[in-house]
Amino acid sequence: MHLFLFLLFAMFCVAGAVNLLIQPKTINSALSLIVVMGSLALIYLLLGAEFVAVIQVIVYAGAIMVLFIFVIMLLNAGAEEQSKGSLAAKVLGIPGLLAGCAIALGVFLKHRPQEELIPIGALYGPADKVGMLIFTKYLLAFEVTSVLVLIAIMGAVVLARRSDS
Amino acid sequence: MSALTFLIVAVIKIAITIGVLLTVVAYTVWLERKAVGRMQNRWGPSRVGPFGLLQPLADGAKFLFKEDVTPPFVDKKLYLLAPVLALVTALTSIAMVPIGPIVHLFGISTPVQVTGVVDASGHASDINVGILIILGLTSLGVYGIALAGWSSNSKYSLLGSLRASAQMVSYEVSLGLSLIGVLLMSSTLSLTGIVHAQFGTYFGFIPHWNIFRGQFIAFFIYMMAAFAETNRIPFDMPEAETELVAGYHTEYSAMKFAMFFMAEYANMVTVACVASIMFLGGWSGPSLPFLPMVVQAFLPLLWFSCKIFFFLFLYIWIRGTLPRFRYDQLMAFGWKFLFPLALANVVVTAFFVAIRA
Repeated sequence: MHLFLFLLFAMFCVAGAVNLLIQPKTINSALSLIVVMGSLALIYLLLGAEFVAVIQVIVYAGAIMVLFIFVIMLLNAGAEEQSKGSLAAKVLGIPGLLAGCAIALGVFLKHRPQEELIPIGALYGPADKVGMLIFTKYLLAFEVTSVLVLIAIMGAVVLARRSDS
Repeated sequence: MSALTFLIVAVIKIAITIGVLLTVVAYTVWLERKAVGRMQNRWGPSRVGPFGLLQPLADGAKFLFKEDVTPPFVDKKLYLLAPVLALVTALTSIAMVPIGPIVHLFGISTPVQVTGVVDASGHASDINVGILIILGLTSLGVYGIALAGWSSNSKYSLLGSLRASAQMVSYEVSLGLSLIGVLLMSSTLSLTGIVHAQFGTYFGFIPHWNIFRGQFIAFFIYMMAAFAETNRIPFDMPEAETELVAGYHTEYSAMKFAMFFMAEYANMVTVACVASIMFLGGWSGPSLPFLPMVVQAFLPLLWFSCKIFFFLFLYIWIRGTLPRFRYDQLMAFGWKFLFPLALANVVVTAFFVAIRA
């Protein structure tokens, strides 16, 4: 059952990602990205990480993608123009893709984790455990990331407020 | 409990909850028309049935049989998806809400909550991130409104949904922050756990509710943010009829319009449920030992219904009282007043929780 659900949501995830690339309309691409985020959240849920799953939905699907859609609506962006595609892409595209997949597969198989694989649903990630990890073991990384986000926000404000005079 | 019993109990609970929710939604509309009517010195619905009580049924039938117009230049798929999305997210949130304690019926014990179960030790337990799921579903509800405005291909709809998305994203921040104080005090994210943390009284008569335990300001922040989140007066800019015809649902007719309408009222009910659970102790209330046992069994449901009714009436009362904000006032209020206040509340609560720990 778990494996079936995992494959189902993984399929949704990949289908959403492919649809994101091939849709000519910007808004459909953004909606596909929401499908990807939602499927990822469901996969987290299958692993037993309910807190991470809900946070994934709230932050990515609920906040970030709403802003994407908001900007698309504000700019009234319609369908994008499709180019004919370059010659190099046509010739090298499929061999390049195959080569990339082969390299990735090789790396994954070589560095397969030596310990026993964790079965789906065996991890348990309640909010208090996640919180303890963030504020003890990963405190430095967490704080540095928040400073980074703060700098990004300040940069955005400075750029938005810059007057031409 | 076997898998089959579990399934049957779950289906029955879902059916009852949806039935009750839709009835409450229908009669909130009736109550609103009646109460606002009286506030404006007129009768409100009075023709269909005694006191106009059958008006919601008549309205429902009207919505079903009206011509369903789809304007020619809409983005068909998104136009159909939007009302479904709005209604589904609004109706799903109620599944997380614990309505009452464990009931014993036909040899089966189960809490009055769709996602609640009785655990091995006989206590009620539910999803341990329940409140976050409700917040997540609320934030997904924005898509219903945003896509409705976009796909309608009309400037009023687009302006309405732009306002709605900006407003809902802004007020979600204060809404979430106002709940953090309560979560800190009850040290759990499970709604059942939060209710259980509020049982008991101070000095025998002041209930142990979070609103009396220092979360007074948080309660008002929550209520104001929730009014904006559900697009109700005084924050109903997204559908301001004097400026935008009907905002994001201008181009919708018949049942598709009714779905937006139901979603708005279902969201009001969810907001009332969450406010009762987080600040007013959920189904906890004074026990009345002089009543017969049968009546006492229904007391928790009665207390919870009273609290819900209070919030729904508050919505209507404020609608009959306050004028609409201007849009820039709304944004300034959200970001410059509510947000810092909510942050300060979190800091102060955290300080006191840390001292007591």
